[in-house]
This record gives sequence, structure tokens and C-alpha cells, in this order.
Amino acid sequence: MNRINKLFQEKKNNILSIYFTAGYPSLNDTVEIIKTLDESNVDLIEIGMPFSDPIADGPIIQYSSNVAIDNGMNLHVLFKQLANIRKITNIPIILMGYVNPVYQFGYDKFINKILDCDLDGMILPDLPFDDYKTQFKPIFVKKNLSFISLITPNTSEDRIIQIDDNSNGFIYMVSSSSITGKKSSFNKSQIQYFKRINNLSLKNPRIIGFGISDKKSYNEACKYSNGAIIGTNFIKSLDKNDLSNSIRDYIRLIR
Amino acid sequence: MKYNVNNDGFYGDFGGAYIPEMLFSNIDELRKNYLSIVEKKSFTKEFNYYLKKYVGRPTPLYYAKRLSEKYGSKIYLKREDLCHTGAHKINNTIGQILLARELKKFKIIAETGAGQHGVATATVCALMGMECVIYMGEVDIERQRPNVERMRILGADVRPATSGSKTLKDATNEAMRHWINNPDDTHYIIGSVVGPHPYPDMVARFQSVISEELIIQLKKVEGRDYPDYIIACVGGGSNAAGIFYHYLNNPKVNLIGVEAAGLGVSTNKSAATTKLGKKGVLHGSKTLLMQDENGQVTEPYSISAGLDYPGIGPLHAHLFESKRGMYISVEDDKAMNAGIELSRLEGIIPAIETAHAFSIFDNIDIRGKVVVINLSGRGDKDLETYIKWGKY
Ligand SMILES: Cc1ncc(COP(=O)(O)O)c(C=O)c1O
Repeated sequence: MNRINKLFQEKKNNILSIYFTAGYPSLNDTVEIIKTLDESNVDLIEIGMPFSDPIADGPIIQYSSNVAIDNGMNLHVLFKQLANIRKITNIPIILMGYVNPVYQFGYDKFINKILDCDLDGMILPDLPFDDYKTQFKPIFVKKNLSFISLITPNTSEDRIIQIDDNSNGFIYMVSSSSITGKKSSFNKSQIQYFKRINNLSLKNPRIIGFGISDKKSYNEACKYSNGAIIGTNFIKSLDKNDLSNSIRDYIRLIR
Repeated sequence: MKYNVNNDGFYGDFGGAYIPEMLFSNIDELRKNYLSIVEKKSFTKEFNYYLKKYVGRPTPLYYAKRLSEKYGSKIYLKREDLCHTGAHKINNTIGQILLARELKKFKIIAETGAGQHGVATATVCALMGMECVIYMGEVDIERQRPNVERMRILGADVRPATSGSKTLKDATNEAMRHWINNPDDTHYIIGSVVGPHPYPDMVARFQSVISEELIIQLKKVEGRDYPDYIIACVGGGSNAAGIFYHYLNNPKVNLIGVEAAGLGVSTNKSAATTKLGKKGVLHGSKTLLMQDENGQVTEPYSISAGLDYPGIGPLHAHLFESKRGMYISVEDDKAMNAGIELSRLEGIIPAIETAHAFSIFDNIDIRGKVVVINLSGRGDKDLETYIKWGKY
């Protein structure tokens, strides 16, 4: 059983997933951030692979991506940093990013590196379903890697069911129609959307992301799903000069 | 029909819809409906009405006598510069705003580089009484000032894109973000044959009126309905797609696209995608893309805001790879000189984008041939750039 399935089997509520951009604030912070998140009892980590043109991201993740790229982050560097990550942590780790850097790296090579580093899955929001099915799915199924898809308030029921069939791990429920980094306390129609999805009896658990900015929105998201993902606000809180403490302090504010 | 889009939205290896889920329902709605809408009789009728009465179509096919004499061939100019608002862009915006209305989307967004697409979008929004937001790179706002003010006079909200090289690519990023934030009531009028399927095909169809007219016009003056060469500049590739369209499957016609080499393909200031690009994914489609070895998109450069883009539409990537089309890159200075030459020989000051298409006479031997050059736009917007360049 992969680490993500195991996590959701053992823990049904209040799962906290943290997204950060690899290579930010400094190129070689990746391992320290992972280690500190693990020590702070975060449940799941999404490592953002920076891209020059992140169309689904707001100003903060645009900024962290640009800094990371300028710092010299790329997939070669990232996989080198993660080569021994399993010696220090058993936390589930997912790579998240846009198609193009992965496409240039090579899909097969990318999958092999995920396996070499013993990571657990990927989220590529702009990868079409057909490309996933032909180029990733066979090996993902064979190696029990998690493929995580997004759904939004506008995703049709037919499509949600198709996504549920093809996903393994969890479904990433985007809280509202928006790019990352918009603060939100949930309104009526969002709560209706969360409930509507809960009533579909999907096989995969769900966690809510986008717009989770503080303890209040985290708790609220957890009310309607198995947990929540925080990205922008976590990244904002990172203090380059006191990295571990800034991470610990931030997680303490949430939990 | 091997050069047209296939059922999956691809041209050969290029195209598709590489979009995050947040845009899926909008793109899917378009994909499912665009053909049935644009093929409806009532739609065609209204589209043609506006093209004729409002845009001023058909645009003339003008025999450029002095230019022809100079280069020893028969050069015809397809006068898209005479369209209302001064470029071919309005053919597409008329089509898309009528489509938006059918889809019951009454707010419009667009990106613009040279500002011609922005002006054409602001114009049709005024015409239809719709709200209009235009994203434009900060650098382009500076170098295409007159168009910014035209958009504002027309009632559009022009918003600067301040990331990256602050040009067309970045304006497109911002427009896509806006659409993600406002999927329900907003239609995004993309200005070229780029973006996720069905945009490249949809925009090409709206622009195909150019070659549709050309067939009839050439037949009248030449006694045959096709030329030996068709030449057009390529930013994203919409004016080229429009004038190539009905000739894509006619191998007798040589299709020539002209892209911007900026300061030169061996400098890092260029926008010559077919020379410098590799297969990649940007703005929703797989195409040729200027990028580094890690898949980060290269900031492009061209003196021409409308060609200053690191990709080309998937149709052109396919025409290039299959060798159906030939693509030539032209440096800033050469294009500017060609713009001056056209001004002096024919009394037409072209847009700087368009001037690139007039720079290829020493690249290909057109002597004795029938050549059509797409005069995609006029140079009024570019006076400041001409003045700054100064060599006339
Ligand atoms: C006059 C003119 N020609 C050409 C272009 C390039 O666009 P496309 O390649 O889509 O025709 C532009 C774009 O701004 C333009 O204004």
C-alpha cells in the first residue's frame, strides 16, 4: 500500500497538506523544509516544481516560482536533493507542477526518478486525461503511484466520476473558481458544492485546497472533507533567515 | 484534409487542450458548441453582415505595380489594413463576440500585444454593449500608446501585465488567470490561432474569410484562383492561417510564414520560434516553443509587439514540421527597411508586424511568379517606433 492510501486509511479527518515551491526561498532549502514539516506533524507534502508561466497561480506562487528558477531550481536539481529523502522521513510526498518542465525532462525519466526517490505521486493540473492514460497510467497502476486530479465547482458530475475512476490517493477539491492565493471564507454556494461532492459517494477521499489561509478556513475545510491544503500562505510565512522556526511557528498557528 | 485539425484537436503532433481543470468546463463548452454555432445559417448571416457593412469587406486585392517591377514578379497585396480598426484582427473578434452572445457570456476579456487585437476587441464590445477588459504587457503599453488610448476611448479597461518580459506572453497569462477567476459570465477572445483546442481552429475559421475572398479575386485578375506564393507574417499566426486556409491542401501554392528574428537568432533577443523553439506546452497547446533545457519559457524579443511571442499556433508548427509551409525569420532592421520600402514604392505604411512579410525578397526567388502578400495591418500605431528607429 502506498503512503497516501495508508494515510487516508488511518486518518479520516483534519489532514493537513502543505504545498511549497522547490528552490524557494533558497535553492537548497528543500530537505530542511520537508524535515521540519514532518517534525511539525504535517500529514502530506506537495512539492511545487516551478514553471515560468504558472497560469493557475496568483502573485505569491508566481513570485516564489521565479525566485526558485533564478536560484537554479530544475528537475535535475530537485531529484538530486530528494535522492535520500527516505532516509529521513516517511511522510507522503507528491510532486506538483505544470506539464512543460516535466515534458522536457521526459515523462519516462520523470516516473523513474519518482520511483528512485520513493516519492508517492504527482499532480499535473494541465495534463489532459488522454495523455495521462496513455503515458502515465500503466506504470502508475503497476507501481501503485498516486495520480491526483483537481475538481472545481464547475466540474460536471460525469467528469468527477471519470476522475474518481482514474485517481488513486485523493481528489484535490479546488474550493472556488480561482487561481491560487485568493483569501476566502467559504460562502453558501461553496459549502453547497462541498456537500454535493460528499453526496456522490466517491471512492477517493477529498481534500480542499486554494484559499485556505488560516486556522479558521482550515477548520472549515476539514468540516466538509478529509482535510485541507495550504500553499500560498505557507510560502508567505517562510523566513529565509530563520527557516525552520518560521515553519514551526506557522504550523502551530494552524493546528 | 491532413492540414486541418483532427477530432482530438490536434494538427499532427501539435495542439490539444493542456489546461488546468479550472478552465475545463469553459473550453469543453466551446469545443462542444463552436461548430454548430458557427455553421448555423443565422450566425453566418450576421457574421457576413458585420464583415461587409461594418468591417468593410471584401478587402481589395491590390496589384502592387512598383513593388512588382522592382522584384520582377506579380505581387498582389491583400489589403487587410483597410479593415475597420486597421488590421485583420477584427475578422476574428466579430466572430467571437457573436459566439459569446450565443453562449450567453456578456463580459469579454482579451490579451493584446500590438494593441490591434485589443482595439478590435474593444470595438466589438462597444458594438454589442458588452464589458471589456484587455490585458497588455507594460512594455507594449509604452510602445503602442495610440492603441491603448483607442481602447480606452472605446470604453475598455486596459490592465497592465507586469510579469516576465511584460509583453504578449505575460498578457496572455493574465487573461487566462482572469478567466479562471471568472468562468461563468466571461468569454475570452483569444487574438490568434493559439491557445487550447478549439481556439486555433475557431480563429482560423473566422480569419479564413481572407483566402475565401482571395480565391474569387485572383480568379478575376489572373484567370486562376491560386497564386504561386502566399506570404504572411506570423506572431501567433492568425493572419497567416486566414490567408493560407483554403490553400492548405493545394500543393501548387507555396506557403511562406515570416517570423521575427529580433536582433538575430544567435542573440538572446529573438522571437524566431521555428528556428529556436522545441516542442512544448504553453497557453493550453502543444506547439513549438522557445524554452530552455528545463522547460522554462524564454522571454522573447522583437521590435514588433505583435510578433513578440515565444510560440506559434499549432497549425503552423505542423505546417513547419511537415514542410508544407516554409518559415523565414527576419531581423528588426530588415523589417523596418521593408516597411520604408513599401511606404516609398506603394504609398502604404505597414504595421511593423506586416513589414516582416515584405522582407523576404532575397530569401526566395519569386521572379516571374504570382505572389500574394497579406498586408495584415497599417502602421499608424507604429509611428513612434518608426520615429525612434529613425533611419528613413
Ligand atoms: C497588423 C498585425 N499583423 C500581424 C499580427 C500578428 O498576429 P498573427 O500572427 O496572429 O496574425 C498582429 C498582432 O498584433 C498585427 O497587429
